[in-house]
Amino acid sequence: MSSTVDTPARDDSRQADRRAPGSRRRSLMRLIILSLVALVFISPLIFMIITSFKTRADATGIPPTWIPNPFSLEAYETILAPDSNTPVLRWFTNSMIAALLHSALVVVTASLAAYPLARMNFRGKKIVFAVIVATLLVPPVILVIPNYLIVSDLGWLNSLVAIIVPTAASAFGVFFMRQFFIALPDDLEEAARLDGANRFEMFTKIILPLAKPAMATLALLAFLTNWNDFLWPIYVLFSPEVQTLQPGLSTLQSANAVRYDLLMAGAVVASVPVLALFVFLQRFIIEGVSRSGVKG
Amino acid sequence: MTTLKEGGAPSEQRAPRQSRAKSSPREIRRQAPGTPWLFLAPYLILFIGFVLVPIVFGAWISLHTWDYTRPLKPFVGLQNYAELFQPDSAQFQNFWGSMQATGIFTLFSVPLLLTIPLGVALLMAKKFPGRNFFRAVYFAPYVLGVAVVAVLWRYLLDNNIGLVNYYLGLLGLPNDIAWTTSTPAAWVALVGVTVWWTLGFNAVIYLAALQDIPAELYEAARVDGANGWQQFVNVTLPGLRPVLSFVTIVTLIASVNMFGQSFLITQGGPGRETRTAIYQIADTGLRNFQMGSAAAMSYVLTVFLIGLSLVVFWLFREKKES
Repeated sequence: MSSTVDTPARDDSRQADRRAPGSRRRSLMRLIILSLVALVFISPLIFMIITSFKTRADATGIPPTWIPNPFSLEAYETILAPDSNTPVLRWFTNSMIAALLHSALVVVTASLAAYPLARMNFRGKKIVFAVIVATLLVPPVILVIPNYLIVSDLGWLNSLVAIIVPTAASAFGVFFMRQFFIALPDDLEEAARLDGANRFEMFTKIILPLAKPAMATLALLAFLTNWNDFLWPIYVLFSPEVQTLQPGLSTLQSANAVRYDLLMAGAVVASVPVLALFVFLQRFIIEGVSRSGVKG
Repeated sequence: MTTLKEGGAPSEQRAPRQSRAKSSPREIRRQAPGTPWLFLAPYLILFIGFVLVPIVFGAWISLHTWDYTRPLKPFVGLQNYAELFQPDSAQFQNFWGSMQATGIFTLFSVPLLLTIPLGVALLMAKKFPGRNFFRAVYFAPYVLGVAVVAVLWRYLLDNNIGLVNYYLGLLGLPNDIAWTTSTPAAWVALVGVTVWWTLGFNAVIYLAALQDIPAELYEAARVDGANGWQQFVNVTLPGLRPVLSFVTIVTLIASVNMFGQSFLITQGGPGRETRTAIYQIADTGLRNFQMGSAAAMSYVLTVFLIGLSLVVFWLFREKKES
């Protein structure tokens, strides 16, 4: 949460001019209240991190303390040990591979598909787009049973492919990229045509470089979704060595019901990449989310 | 303009440039008939294979006694659906019990997730130092997976050593509430955790919409002597209406699809009281391998969900006309 630079908002400068006397004190009050509420709001996450550095006894001590005593890496050493039957490090690698490949697959297929839907005229375009958008309203649960059987027939059960490919047909991604492409001016491709470019060259050389922010946002959202997915992976991945972190946490929970030091360390490991992405790229993520809302 | 075929052979690059320079936007959008489909192909393969075919295949499965582990999958027509509506059948109690759990959860979580984030967004609507920092703080839990959130809160809500009961005790309130093993406490826990986890998502959408309301409208309202509450009712709420319907639908769908919280925090308990519909469907289909029955349940749930969404659409449309 390093970037606290405010984006300019249109409505603010005018309101600032009309400040009534005493509004400075009120805005200070607002800041104090917001800070306190925010602190309470975020304290569970802080407590999760603190507990992960506690010993087994300290983690279940009463009263609960906000400082590990003694400070201990025991929990991490235990869960990250390569020979454990809950191989957290392996799960981390699996999650990373799956989320990266999934994210790449979503961005490539959605961008390619969105381009003709936004910038070409052809027969069947409206129907294709309407069908894709209609599936946004289909609850994912309806796909779970048949996709389990399809994935099983393809021999993908208990392999990472099962969580990379089937969920990559992102209707949201196509919709999101199309909104972006459609807003670009028409004469962009005209210049490329004068240079004798074909459609694919126009796409890769003119359109894609302009679409980098949108693609980055989509890639981030796809990464987060895949990293955090739970229902699908717990049923299609069952051996410890192919599991990912989210179902892994569930395994860790059933294996160590009250070892809260281990569970919190596992939860921290499962959150570090997404929290890091969020801290450094929060504007992309938050603006991607809010844009999807305004345009939806 | 027969040369207007793109995505084609490189030879066409040598065609006279003058004729191309005159092409209108309409002509730019024309290309060899296969070109758009080449662009669409990778996506459509995934989309047909893992979305369209499964939708139809799921309906087909629901017409069979489909046990994944057995070779024979006899066709039974609508029997799986009929059983869901016969009070004496085995599936009836389980399914409608889980639908009730989903209903309770939705009933309490949706209103909270529509109002609390709006409050947060209103607090942050005006520019002040550190606003983006606060926005990030409220959004942060949303980037965590349900497994992290659930494992964390199971700890905080622990009967004996959890933070929540400890601080309740300090405040002089009962400090022995069984948050994960008794109702209604379990519902408070599940709804509360979900609100904590996802309120940032709705708040961020509200915030973006608030910033799109022209400042002139507020100024005009002030000139007319409107106080803060009147400005909220007459300027803010109407300005939020389009986003409000989006947020309602998205929140509704998410609540009806609740699974991980109940699976990991309460394990569906006590008894089966907090076992949601998704939990029941996954358990029936993917643990007991009664896939025909589970598929039928998922279609019944989908009909409910689409019905609810239509009601929401209709409610918001109705208000617009009046």
